[in-house]
Amino acid sequence: MAVAQANLPVQRQSPGLVGKIVGAKSLLERREALWGYVFLLPWLIGLIIFWIGPILASAYFSLMEYDVLSPPKFIGIENYVRAFTADKQFWPSLWRTLYYSIAVVPLGLLGSLGLAMLLNRKYKGTNIFRTFFFLPHLTPAVALAVLWIWLFHPSVGPINTFLEWAFHIDGPGWLKDKNWAMPALIIISLWAGVGGNSMLIFLAGLQGVPQELLEAAEIDGAGPWTKFRHVTFPMISPTFLFNLILGIIGALKVFTLAFVATNGGPSWATWFYALHIYQQAFAYFRMGYGAALAWIFVVVLLIFTYMQLQISRRWVYYAGD
Amino acid sequence: MATQSNVLTNIGQVETRAAKRRFRLKLGDIFLYGLMVLLAFIFIFPFFWTVSSSLKTVQELRQFPPTWLPASPQWVNYNKVLTAVPFLLWTYNSLFVVTLNTLGVVLSASIVSYSFARFRYRGRDFIFMLTLATLMLPAQVTLIPQFVLFHKMGWINTLLPLWVPAWFGGGAFAIFLIRQFIMALPRELDEAAIIDGAGYFRIFWQILAPLCKPVLATIFVISFIANWNDFVNPLIYLQIPEKFTLAVGLNYFKQFPEMGGEPTDHLLMAASVMIIAPVILLFFATQRYFVQGIVMSGLKG
Repeated sequence: MAVAQANLPVQRQSPGLVGKIVGAKSLLERREALWGYVFLLPWLIGLIIFWIGPILASAYFSLMEYDVLSPPKFIGIENYVRAFTADKQFWPSLWRTLYYSIAVVPLGLLGSLGLAMLLNRKYKGTNIFRTFFFLPHLTPAVALAVLWIWLFHPSVGPINTFLEWAFHIDGPGWLKDKNWAMPALIIISLWAGVGGNSMLIFLAGLQGVPQELLEAAEIDGAGPWTKFRHVTFPMISPTFLFNLILGIIGALKVFTLAFVATNGGPSWATWFYALHIYQQAFAYFRMGYGAALAWIFVVVLLIFTYMQLQISRRWVYYAGD
Repeated sequence: MATQSNVLTNIGQVETRAAKRRFRLKLGDIFLYGLMVLLAFIFIFPFFWTVSSSLKTVQELRQFPPTWLPASPQWVNYNKVLTAVPFLLWTYNSLFVVTLNTLGVVLSASIVSYSFARFRYRGRDFIFMLTLATLMLPAQVTLIPQFVLFHKMGWINTLLPLWVPAWFGGGAFAIFLIRQFIMALPRELDEAAIIDGAGYFRIFWQILAPLCKPVLATIFVISFIANWNDFVNPLIYLQIPEKFTLAVGLNYFKQFPEMGGEPTDHLLMAASVMIIAPVILLFFATQRYFVQGIVMSGLKG
């Protein structure tokens, strides 16, 4: 195209006002820019209708009392005040979600990394093992909850049967016991998550660790732990950060599993923040209050992500730097 | 002589040490392999248990200690699911939503990606940044206003909210992945086509889209599975059983511990198997594309 322009100076006519607006310096560039907008159009509309519009609307609703049927009524920051002071389940559900995340994220990451390192040894049948580890991640969360309700069945479930047979322990009521429902959900999440996307991403990261570095470390007398600590881990640390951030966001959003397996119970033991938003907005139709809760959630997520990025500067190594 | 034998013993020592080391490595390998097999068992067991339970009678299911396999497989349980709840209708609804949604994602995301990857215009990079930013936003923020919007449009209890949005760009994840792929294709292809007189749409449709097949297959599989498994959206938009998709249908079914005087536990297991099986089969058939997509998003993201 550059050649064509040089040979035909006629083409370099002024692109006019439209050209200026789209950032084009010639008629050819103007044509390109206009076609670019044409192809972008579906997403431009989608972005406005399904993202930017709703974000603004949600901020607006959060200052309203609104039940969808009658027109919204402006009440200022009352929704936020109510969340922090009057809502009995606000703080507990938030803490519960944090508790769950603090258990699931580190254990899940270590599990994923461990599985990826096992697979990376390239034993016979690695592909089959990778598929086995990955299967739970594919399972619809509803089916997963239904299936684990049976595995955790207090009297005839295989887990309590195994505990009885192997250790002569009377297993707990798991999902039906208010002290054990949370650990049970954590176990299910770990089972469902450790072999999922994060494991595949770790595996790809591990395959990118230069073999020469590991061999050099070995010649210098490094054992398995030293090699991991000083070669493998620094090389995969950007991958680790990526999985960590996605893991935190995923854990804080926990919804379906708890909704189906325990419905937040027994006695609020697994009433997570996302369940609270759902109930307020879609069971009680308090759209304004639900929107306010959602915005508080965004702030919590931002704080966590920001903290991770700050801390990560101390331990993430970028080979390119 | 002395030095020679010294050297020899040294060599011998080095050799035994190496042999010891090899032996230890082997022991370690056996241990790790055993660990991997044990883990595979833990991951597979719940599936096995579900299938086995789905073929038991209720009495067998509730007997203690539980049995590994049903005394005689009750295939009739699967038939009972089809009559106890409108399972086939839910399957149809699920397939309808999944097909239209996935088609919308693949078509509209690829054309939008073409725009991001190949055209220069004002605001392109800014809009792309905005696109990536939507990945960070939790769904709860947009869910409430979207519900209000679809409510005003009279789309509640229709399948429309579940697939129409997919036709408007297909979402940031798909756009990002396809854009990366197109950017890696040589621009000379486009330029040669322009000299031959092809228009932009023709370049996209006849030259770039066929080359994008691998990434489009990836998007297809990921989007298919995500839609099949989606729970939150159908839960919010569908309130009458005739409109349910399988995921919400299963949750609805679960709320009836008994149907017609018979407990439904074993039927729930059979229903779960029927919901899980298609995803797993699809995954086996398209594993390569699926894994590629996840890895691409992780390494480039």
